[in-house]
Amino acid sequence: MNASHTPRIDVMRSQLGRARGLGSGKAGVDHWWLERMSAVALVPLSGWFVLQVLRLAGAEQQDVVEWGGKPANASMLLALMVLTFYHMQLGLQVIIDDYVHGKAHLPASLLLKGAALLIGLFAVVAVLKLALAPSTKAGA
Amino acid sequence: MQDVRDALYIGHRSDGTLTRRPMSPHLQVYRFRLSMFLSIANRAAGVAAAAGSALGVCWLNAAAKGPESFKKVQKVTRNPLGKLALAGWTLALVYHFVAGLRHLAWDAGYRFEKKEINEDGPVAVGVTVGATLVLLASIFGVAACRSRKKKKAS
Repeated sequence: MNASHTPRIDVMRSQLGRARGLGSGKAGVDHWWLERMSAVALVPLSGWFVLQVLRLAGAEQQDVVEWGGKPANASMLLALMVLTFYHMQLGLQVIIDDYVHGKAHLPASLLLKGAALLIGLFAVVAVLKLALAPSTKAGA
Repeated sequence: MQDVRDALYIGHRSDGTLTRRPMSPHLQVYRFRLSMFLSIANRAAGVAAAAGSALGVCWLNAAAKGPESFKKVQKVTRNPLGKLALAGWTLALVYHFVAGLRHLAWDAGYRFEKKEINEDGPVAVGVTVGATLVLLASIFGVAACRSRKKKKAS
């Protein structure tokens, strides 16, 4: 804005004045709390994940199939995948809220939610296939 | 001027006319502090960890699909560039984990004084670097042992 132009105040309302009386935003605390709770759940799951990585480092496909076929491993893996991509979506949403303004905000948020949901579903289906119907044939 | 954000830019000249005052200093004006780097690094590490996790799902999918898909993935994970990506993913996950624990402590009301935050920053860096190196050495070490055993067996 150039300095020679004299600014004028048409409406002066504080952010608080605008928000007051509209009720709460409803979703803010939820988002913050769920981000923390998924983080807390991911702490032990990450520890488990590190142990599994050490078990599977350099493994061949049949080792992975054998490992993924155990119900305990598959359950932990499912919990890890669901919580990871849920936590990812919550975190990336905050980045969108911070940096994407105006009309682009809604499509960006929807794109993120869709992508997170699809990656999460893909992970779940892959774990289930590995656990229940893995392919061990060379031609697959 | 629509609201207080713009209204706060408005000041008076000595003759009483209104003027738009300059904006407050931007990021590059401030002196570098470790805490500000660690803060943005946590966000960047979160994004990198997410991208790496998506690739991790591809690995899982290949294992479920069969030996041939898995061989293709192994070409990536055994390639030096792939190993570099794995190392980067590990670093991002470890740092995001460490910084996340600090955030949980802050949220619970611990170590949230300025002095404590400045004390903990270098510790977080040390723990991250140390844990990442130990993890990577163990992962690549285990992988190397396993392939050597396989060569002996065959």
